Amino acid sequence: MSEHEYVPKSKAAKWFNDRLPLLTLGAHLTDYPTPKNLNYWWTFGGILTFCLITQIVTGIVLAMHYVAHADLAFASVEHIMRDVNYGWLIRYIHSNGASMFFLAVYIHIFRSLFYGSYKSPREVIWIIGLMIYLLMMAAAFMGYVLPWGQMSFWGATVITNLFSAIPLVGDSITTWLWGAYSVDNPTLNRFFSLHYLIPFLILGLVVLHIWALHVPGNNNPVGIDIKKPSKDTVPFHPYITIKDAFALLVFMIIFAGFVFFTPNVLGHSDNYIPANPLVTPAHIVPEWYLLPFYAILRSVPDKLGGVILMFSAIFILFVLPWLDTSKVRSAVFRPIYRQFFWILVIDVLMLGYVGAMPAEGVYLVLARVGTIYYFLHFIVVMPVVGYLEKTDPIPMSISEPVLTGGAEPSLARKVNDKV
Amino acid sequence: MSKEEKKVNRRDFLFTASYTVGAVGVGAVIWPMIDQMNPDKAQQALATTEVDISSIEPGKSITVLWRGKPIFIKKRTSEEIAEARAVKLDDLPDPQKDEDRVKEGKDEWLVMLGVCTHLGCVPLKDKGDFNGWFCPCHGSHYDVSGRIRKGPAPTNMEIPKFEFVDSNTIKIG
Repeated sequence: MSEHEYVPKSKAAKWFNDRLPLLTLGAHLTDYPTPKNLNYWWTFGGILTFCLITQIVTGIVLAMHYVAHADLAFASVEHIMRDVNYGWLIRYIHSNGASMFFLAVYIHIFRSLFYGSYKSPREVIWIIGLMIYLLMMAAAFMGYVLPWGQMSFWGATVITNLFSAIPLVGDSITTWLWGAYSVDNPTLNRFFSLHYLIPFLILGLVVLHIWALHVPGNNNPVGIDIKKPSKDTVPFHPYITIKDAFALLVFMIIFAGFVFFTPNVLGHSDNYIPANPLVTPAHIVPEWYLLPFYAILRSVPDKLGGVILMFSAIFILFVLPWLDTSKVRSAVFRPIYRQFFWILVIDVLMLGYVGAMPAEGVYLVLARVGTIYYFLHFIVVMPVVGYLEKTDPIPMSISEPVLTGGAEPSLARKVNDKV
Repeated sequence: MSKEEKKVNRRDFLFTASYTVGAVGVGAVIWPMIDQMNPDKAQQALATTEVDISSIEPGKSITVLWRGKPIFIKKRTSEEIAEARAVKLDDLPDPQKDEDRVKEGKDEWLVMLGVCTHLGCVPLKDKGDFNGWFCPCHGSHYDVSGRIRKGPAPTNMEIPKFEFVDSNTIKIG
């Protein structure tokens, strides 16, 4: 990984490092040559690491006071809110932390889409990232079940029933997931167990994600390959660490704003009603970060079809590096794709909005239009635009447009040049 | 060389035999780990419920809990029965006669699992376009026989196994 051999200064450190080269790893992480033109959209990796650690720490504390039993769970959460010292703070950090985690991950994913960070040679980073995203959704869903309120119970019922759409074995799988004939105490128990496990799986994948990142190095806003180390790079520490720290500080201010001023605005008030298996709330909605997929599910008038389409909406992202035919990574130099990118952003936001609305009338029409465009974007727009688009000239290096005061045509690459 | 490759020797046999025994061993360990998640004996023990239905007025219904799920028990009026039987089977996404959803001679009693066959919500009674039930989650309409008429649900609401113990009591399960 590292281009130079690191030798610790002290004798003890050298003794240890010869036996387990942890210090070499640490030195690699601080010296790591990073493109000098990284903008603030690149600070979300650090922010996401912070989110994960926050969820793990607050989660371990909450588990010290929570009781995973259908008769006691709701009361134990209220006990945390009212009796446990600073319990309200820790729970609000944890519940809002999930939302902040998803906010950051969506920005991180769309950054990757805009700057082509998923493209060769970074496909494995992208795929590991998507696996993390899937685990995040599983963890968030199971976590939302634990307070055993009305939304917990009925959200769990609806989501686990998705599996009953599978032909032949669907009902057996659903019963197996429940450990009962409906969502019940055994379901709550196993969800708690898995909710505790998943963050550590995510942590492991994060290590792989960063490892895979450090093989080719960071992509950058210009999207061109760079020599490392060179005048196009800066060491990760202190240049990137300080930039990440500043962005994290701004992020934490927003986070704290939610925790202290509107801790329940992202949740649903029905979840402060204890679970009742006889009454379904009039309007079931998942948490905001799952709404676009929920809109896709509801846009199909067929049970199995809706489930297949919803899962496809996520799994199509796994083959994205091979659907995108463009040789140019960054949308900065792709005038046509850039416009489709923003249409996709608007499309996903719209799907999120209609996912929160009742599935009828104009909302149903919008959900269907949005769903069709979502798939068209990946299946048609990405391959075709990548093939037909006349991209803008790409600079030879990161430094050149800066040092010569602009993108001189003579310095620019020809469209057909290899990136 | 090629002749020797094709020849099955004793070592190949040992490899295959070892892998087979290993696979059986792994399977024998994995199955308990999977099966432990299925409903346990305590859950299975809740399999039957007896319900007193003597106080239900015609046109009214009650909801009872069976295996953690709601059961709708409705005493239908003769108009409602007539309405359910007037429907042509061609108009039903999941064709089933009303007669096949009730016990013979007890046509007024509709006993069914009050669970929407789409994603498991509890439908609301006396709502929807077909004078029966309406699921608020994703908009499935059921008729007075509990049959799916409109919306994303694929099948009619399920009829559980039940029997009349006497004229005032039914046993579900």
